[in-house]
Amino acid sequence: MKRSILEVARVIRSKNAGPYELTLDILFKRRRDFELCRKRRWITGAKIARLYGVPRSHILKVIWFEPSHAVKITMKRRIPSGAPGDSDVYGAQQHAPLLGLRFGGSSR
Amino acid sequence: MISSSDQFRILSATAILGYGFPETSFQNGLRKNPHLIAADAGSTDPGPYYLGAGKSFTSRAGVKRDLRLMIREGVRRGIPVVIGSAGGSGARPHVDWCEAIIREIAREENLRFTLGVIYTDVPKTLVRRALKRKAVKPLACVPPLTEEALVATTHLVAQVGVQPFIRALDQKCDVILCGRSYDPAVFAALPIRLGYDPGLALHLGKILECAAIAATPGSGADCAFGTLKKDSFILEALSKQRRFTPQSTAAHTLYEKSDPYHLPGPGGELDLTGCSFTDMGGGRVEVRGSRFVPSRKHWVKMEGARPVGFRSVSIAGVRDPILIRQIGPVLEAVQRQVKTLLRRERLSGRVLFHVYGRDGVMGPMEPVKQTKSHELCLLIEAIAETEEAAETLLSLTRSTLLHYGYPGRIATAGNLAFPFSPSDLKMGIVYEFSVYHLIELDEQRLFPVVIRKLP
Repeated sequence: MKRSILEVARVIRSKNAGPYELTLDILFKRRRDFELCRKRRWITGAKIARLYGVPRSHILKVIWFEPSHAVKITMKRRIPSGAPGDSDVYGAQQHAPLLGLRFGGSSR
Repeated sequence: MISSSDQFRILSATAILGYGFPETSFQNGLRKNPHLIAADAGSTDPGPYYLGAGKSFTSRAGVKRDLRLMIREGVRRGIPVVIGSAGGSGARPHVDWCEAIIREIAREENLRFTLGVIYTDVPKTLVRRALKRKAVKPLACVPPLTEEALVATTHLVAQVGVQPFIRALDQKCDVILCGRSYDPAVFAALPIRLGYDPGLALHLGKILECAAIAATPGSGADCAFGTLKKDSFILEALSKQRRFTPQSTAAHTLYEKSDPYHLPGPGGELDLTGCSFTDMGGGRVEVRGSRFVPSRKHWVKMEGARPVGFRSVSIAGVRDPILIRQIGPVLEAVQRQVKTLLRRERLSGRVLFHVYGRDGVMGPMEPVKQTKSHELCLLIEAIAETEEAAETLLSLTRSTLLHYGYPGRIATAGNLAFPFSPSDLKMGIVYEFSVYHLIELDEQRLFPVVIRKLP
């Protein structure tokens, strides 16, 4: 049985980490789900790159953060904040593709 | 030496000076006898314009209101008031803007005090010399700094650490106003000067610089209170509706950062790998184990912005389903047609379409490729070297699109619904970040304190 990310996460957000990087946070509701996802490597750079349609090399870090049961993904910004062609100066609305993630069942 | 019974108490007024805070929370904080009242005004979040243009991103009235409460109550009680990243971006015009507000407050409230002003603009000649001896390096994803970018940069600031603040405190300033500074520095400088652990002081500052954002429910427009001790620090909210929890505090460590365990800053890195967050009851959280690891050389972050042209925009709706189905190819065709016209007229510039309802927010990263929307909002953007050229380019693009004959067109009167007349908006100069690099420098020598006796 696969579960929607909305069942296991309490916060899913995106934000600038400086003008050149975008950072995605998923904070889990329960330690159990956090541990399970970390163990099964549910979030990987390759998966996020696929989801956002960007080269794998643009995903800079995937960090599992124990103190808040969270996984953080930092990626290169498509265009630096506020430069011509940018569409989200604060980077605060780039999280939506994560909302479609499902996990559980196989640990692919 | 700091003993285990010592305490250093800090009242953080607001996450960004000018965002406001409830006076009752502030009074609750004052009743706890703080040793320091501080706020940082800075962020690069609102984008490059504010640094490049020398403008504040918060309103003058908002900043004056916040500063009035902080300075009046601080000066009357003899509590130092420390303000960092004046005007948001912290370049000279921002510092001068903020100083004028402080002078007004001093006059209106009849206050006498010593103001220490620290400018943190970096001379370009110094950067050139540093470039030559390889003492400049780009941050992640940033291109190397070029002479061309440096020349075009209108304002170039360093994010200074605690040292210039410590100098100002040595000179007995009652109020300190600093240009761009590392967010935690306004909170950490005074306790570090007194001998408190820099790791704990900076980590506490890192949380307090966002005021009550790290509480739950979080708010950047409410105060927070920190108590620094020899081996730990304690956080608490100042209004009944909020509290700090280990989860809310730890979660904040993630916020806006690329790595929650290692937070680089001036002169070293905050290492939070050994950090613990403990619930103390009563909405208080105790944090232990934060470490500051100094680097061999003193690296400081620089921020700069440069103008890249003038922008004009037009907003229009599209409701025709035949056009919506082929909006992508139509916009590409319009782009091509405009480019041909530009070449003929020997004009240059760029046209960008933001298609809300399709991928206006995420652009090429948008995973939904086919819009299901029955209407679209088009934001047509033209950027060119002069204001006039941007207007011409926009007007040309707008009229080409308005009358463009796409395949299957049956609505032959016009393709766009304009909500306004005039349809075009002049947005002024466009800036982009041109410098986001580390530089090795002596911040104490380079950014001295200017002492001003008020009134």
